[in-house]
Amino acid sequence: MKVLVAVKRVIDYNVKVRVKPDHSDVDLNNVKMAINPFCEIAVEEAVRLKEKGVASEIIVVSIGPKEAQEQIRTALALGADRGLLIQTEEMPSSLGVAKLLKAVVDEEQPQLIILGKQSIDTDNNQTGQMLAALTDYPQGAFASSVEVEGDHINVAREIDGGLQTLKLSLPAVITADLRLNEPRYASLPNIMKAKRKPLDTKTPADLGVTLNNTLKTVKVEPPAERQAGIKVASVEELVDKLKNEAKVI
Amino acid sequence: MSILVIAEHNNLDLHKPTLNTVTAALALGDDVDILVAGANCGKVAEQAAQIAKIRKVLLADHAAYEHQLAENVAKLIATVGKSYSHILAPAGTQGKNTLPRVAALLDVDQLSDVIRIDSPDTFARPIYAGNAIATVQSSAAIKVMTIRATNFDAVATNGNAPIETLDDTFSTSNATFIKEEIAESDRPELTVADVVISGGRGMASGENFEMLYTLADKLNAAVGASRAAVDAGFVPNDMQVGQTGKIVAPNLYIAVGISGAIQHLAGMKDSKVIVAINKDEEAPIFQVADYGLVADLFEVVPQLENLV
Repeated sequence: MKVLVAVKRVIDYNVKVRVKPDHSDVDLNNVKMAINPFCEIAVEEAVRLKEKGVASEIIVVSIGPKEAQEQIRTALALGADRGLLIQTEEMPSSLGVAKLLKAVVDEEQPQLIILGKQSIDTDNNQTGQMLAALTDYPQGAFASSVEVEGDHINVAREIDGGLQTLKLSLPAVITADLRLNEPRYASLPNIMKAKRKPLDTKTPADLGVTLNNTLKTVKVEPPAERQAGIKVASVEELVDKLKNEAKVI
Repeated sequence: MSILVIAEHNNLDLHKPTLNTVTAALALGDDVDILVAGANCGKVAEQAAQIAKIRKVLLADHAAYEHQLAENVAKLIATVGKSYSHILAPAGTQGKNTLPRVAALLDVDQLSDVIRIDSPDTFARPIYAGNAIATVQSSAAIKVMTIRATNFDAVATNGNAPIETLDDTFSTSNATFIKEEIAESDRPELTVADVVISGGRGMASGENFEMLYTLADKLNAAVGASRAAVDAGFVPNDMQVGQTGKIVAPNLYIAVGISGAIQHLAGMKDSKVIVAINKDEEAPIFQVADYGLVADLFEVVPQLENLV
């Protein structure tokens, strides 16, 4: 079974985000970039399916600037077989990304498509569900476990307050939540090997997709700063403040 | 402007974030309808009808909608929603699961986690886990948005709107419900709790979290954890508060033995009042805490439990 995994190049999750002085966007100059943590979990899940003999080939696709090749190489080092970069300088909206992925799905005909549930930059949590709508495939969003059984999968999904398990017929779209797995570290030999794996580059035009982002960012501001409060000397003082000053207990 | 609000519910009770979402809808325009899709959910429709200032409740009561399967519900919402200018849902897991599917069916871009409404086409939403706030203008034909309930007040429930029944049925065989395991805890859920107590690496072990559970039961609080505590294996991943875990904004957040890594602060810094208990007075958590107590948590948590 062919598995398609989508990965996104984002700011490393350990980096403190700063807003540009002109409030046009966050400052990404000279900032460490990495594979989106949820996308990494998606790649790991695909690799595990391959190790179990369920997946036969893993194709990893990224949409973004030329540098997103680095994140595709990371995924290849984790165990994906070949990469595809859809190169675009302007980042499309989630719907635009879903349309590009739909075009890739049409070409590659994977049985399973795994994405991260959201990227930690735009925090949209939309692309997987949108791709499922465009392909008319069933969706297992926020997956915490995936079991392939013949022509269908059982997906446990994280929902408010617990888990919901669904049976989806293949092909299907999965979005990975935190609990799905813990991604491995790529070994040095695998990193070297990844450099020789095939990586193709296409443009949105090659795929016949016209992008039209109807969302315009007017400004980006830092959130209201929290002022450090006071230190209390004892538990008694703390409880008194919470009861009588903050009135929260 | 006509706004369709998708009710969040479990076929028995209307969930409170729906009331906050109606407040957001009323900031867009006066003509607000509520869609209740579910199975044997007449009671929910009756509760929704009591929401003040709404025009009507639309009830789609069919087995296909029982478990809120996105495949079915999205088609219903897209069909009903076509004639509205805005479609809103609370940004819980139901809304996040379904609404992007609706937006794609309608071929429009979506906005997630809206925290402020500036005008019928301009909205604010957090990006980078709340480390930046983006103001976004949408020229989409229909504005499809999830609403972060903690940023809007709940609307009153002294109304009496009419209930209209819908007959549209969308049913897929591609997705079937197997089971649901809802954590049977008397404690409230992390993302909606008024009080959250979280433990970090300083808790030293999973057993020591018992202290926090006992305190939580006295305060009717939910218990969370930092990524460090999860990575150390003290508690399961679903308790994680932070950029890659759950985002919470309770009235009171008590951070116990948490140093305050950026990744954790991103998940809790919108809390109304933050208390930090840590023996390291240099811990960054104190920079965001309203009340800081530099002390050994193993001494002060039991004291705190006795005093509240």
